[in-house]
Amino acid sequence: MWNQLLPGFRMTLALTVLTGMIYPGVVTALCQTLFSAQANGSLIVRNGRVVGSALIGQSFARPEYFHPRPSAAGIDGYDAASSGGSNLGPTSQKLMDRVKATVAKLQAQNPSHQGEWPADLATASASGLDPHISPAAARMQVERVARSRSVSIEQVKEMLVRFTESRDLGFLGEPRVNVLLLNLELDRVLPTK
Amino acid sequence: MTSNGVLQIALYFLAVLAIAKPMGAYMARVFAGERTFAHPLLRPLEKGLYRLVGVTEDTEQRWTAYAGSLLSFSFFSFLFVYLLQRMQAALPLNPQKLSSATPDLAFNTAVSFTTNTNWQAYAGETTMSYLVQMSALTVQNFASAAAGVAIAIALIRGLARQQEKTIGNFWVDLTRAVVYLFLPLSLAGALFFCSQGVIQTFSGYTTATTVEGKEQVIAQGPVASQEAIKMVGTNGGGFFNANSAHPFENPTPLTNFVQMLMIFLIPAGLTYTFGRMVGDQRQGWALFAAMSILFLAGVFVIYAAEQSGNPNLTRLGLAAADGNWEGKETRFGIATTSLFAAITTAASCGAVIGMHDSFTPLGGLATLFNMQSGEVIFGGAGAGLYGMLLFAILAVFIAGLMVGRTPEYLGKKIEGKEVKMAMLALIATSAAILLFTGASSVVSFSKDSYWNAGYGPATGNLNNAGPHGFAEVLYAYSSAAGNNGSAFAGLSANTPWYNLTLGVAMLVGRFLIIIPMLAVAGSLAGKKRLAVTTGTLPTHGPLFVGLLVGTVIIIGALTFFPALSLSPVVEHFLMQQGGRF
Repeated sequence: MWNQLLPGFRMTLALTVLTGMIYPGVVTALCQTLFSAQANGSLIVRNGRVVGSALIGQSFARPEYFHPRPSAAGIDGYDAASSGGSNLGPTSQKLMDRVKATVAKLQAQNPSHQGEWPADLATASASGLDPHISPAAARMQVERVARSRSVSIEQVKEMLVRFTESRDLGFLGEPRVNVLLLNLELDRVLPTK
Repeated sequence: MTSNGVLQIALYFLAVLAIAKPMGAYMARVFAGERTFAHPLLRPLEKGLYRLVGVTEDTEQRWTAYAGSLLSFSFFSFLFVYLLQRMQAALPLNPQKLSSATPDLAFNTAVSFTTNTNWQAYAGETTMSYLVQMSALTVQNFASAAAGVAIAIALIRGLARQQEKTIGNFWVDLTRAVVYLFLPLSLAGALFFCSQGVIQTFSGYTTATTVEGKEQVIAQGPVASQEAIKMVGTNGGGFFNANSAHPFENPTPLTNFVQMLMIFLIPAGLTYTFGRMVGDQRQGWALFAAMSILFLAGVFVIYAAEQSGNPNLTRLGLAAADGNWEGKETRFGIATTSLFAAITTAASCGAVIGMHDSFTPLGGLATLFNMQSGEVIFGGAGAGLYGMLLFAILAVFIAGLMVGRTPEYLGKKIEGKEVKMAMLALIATSAAILLFTGASSVVSFSKDSYWNAGYGPATGNLNNAGPHGFAEVLYAYSSAAGNNGSAFAGLSANTPWYNLTLGVAMLVGRFLIIIPMLAVAGSLAGKKRLAVTTGTLPTHGPLFVGLLVGTVIIIGALTFFPALSLSPVVEHFLMQQGGRF
């Protein structure tokens, strides 16, 4: 009995020190030295204040900004201390009601849009913190953003093209637009009057 | 389906094929105690661990002692994780001042992480301190995966040896798995992930003021170190609630591709290790082929179902060509998310980049099948191989019945004892899934009872109604008994009823497979290898691969068909007709 229990206890203790303290400690030291910006959350600072993370979505409701996807994180969405999806299934009445309301809002905000809506813009992401929208979802908002900023549609379109990321290595994932980075650039280059 | 999506899946599979051999050959050397290129650096660490723990490297154990060591190790692992959670509030590295876990949650989480399940009844960022994440959960990511690999190696030894009493030494196998596999792979993975944006810090959460002037609290933590071992150990327990969908765990499609490769790295490599150790490489490739067929079938079922979307939503005006986007991330999209879902459920990993609860019924069905077939489609680190060998024993047994010959596998006679042990493992896990699912569907508590406080009946914890609600319960127990850990996460499972029953299902799914399989290893090690005759069923050709695939599908399908018909199958037809609940 003891010849089994003692090594069990000692091995658990030894692995706790090795893989639970030394390993994460070494990784932290290396990451903080080599990749300090990434290790601390790719934070974006404007005028001395943290405005968010380049990797984490945040809510935008004003017409002069590109809007992100609906979010199920936290109570009001985009709660970066409470990630998660809606977990509503394909036959959920709650899901239908929510999508219907989102589509109605999109219609009201973008009255000139014709036809189908990009599916990502009316559905909640898995993390609730999705920083991106699809290029189609961004294009659909160009006219509203341009009008609200009293600038030409071409200027906004040109910026959108610049901020559209293609697939990683040409084949991984999907093309996408980072909403926060695009909106910050809008404020910098084409500020609202 | 798009051509780019298919290309992505094809290139991923080719990458897995390419890494299986070098990884497998390396593992064969490590577990035989031979020198590898890593020895100059890591051998001192290995020897140091033996000295600390009091292990003599060259003593071997019979299967009973091997199993005893595993149980002893798992018991203390459980105890450490349980106690650290219970004392969390009094321990350091808790910048958010999180309180200690309740006894039932601590039990569930401790079982979950020591059984390589990583089912999470909690949300990481609001429940677990940095210390618990690191020194309890990350440790078990290493330990449970290494223990799984050790068991697989012991079982292979049982098949490879003849007329011997021992099957190796658990402490040695465990130590080698940690030192030569998981530590270096995790270190490299963690640094790569961090370079791409995965966070690694002990600082508290950051408060940002958003562009529109709102406050946004951004969770932080030592994520990269946990992320790497979470994937390569097929653990799957996320640092955050959203798991690998969270941009801080998995920021880009490139990190995601690496994460997917890390999941299959060891399970695929072990099929090659198996061939090397039993002295016939074709035997390993036969297992690899059977796993690949089942895996690719699952990928394309999920991909096709997700891409075809949800008619209920297209009717509301969403673009039909886009597919089903609820619960998916923009950077990953339909193809990548479908591929990941197939990998994570096949490999008993359980990490997710999309919410399976929001998948289409047929997409969800394929993830359920992957788990219910016993997590043998590459499967967990070690667990996949010993699970698939269990099915190989059944396959030769069934073939033997058909032709009226004593079944053999690798020249070893498969007799009553081996088949009984394989059946015990199979029946125990299937029973855990079906009986607990049945019980949770009918059991009722009062709203103020301890067992399910605030919810009343166990079905009160569901997030969806109708057949999808039943699928949430079925998925939970399938995930637990398969030691997978992913969820139809709408189920609010953090109550004593679910924490305890899911904990028991995880224990059954781990130990009632491991112990019978070790018994088989001990029994086979003692047998003589028979000469190959014209009457021997070759176990390296397409015939056997087909037989093995058939055995997995038939046993999975027959056992779970009624339950699956009541949930995803009926939901699929209802969805087509516009049904909603």
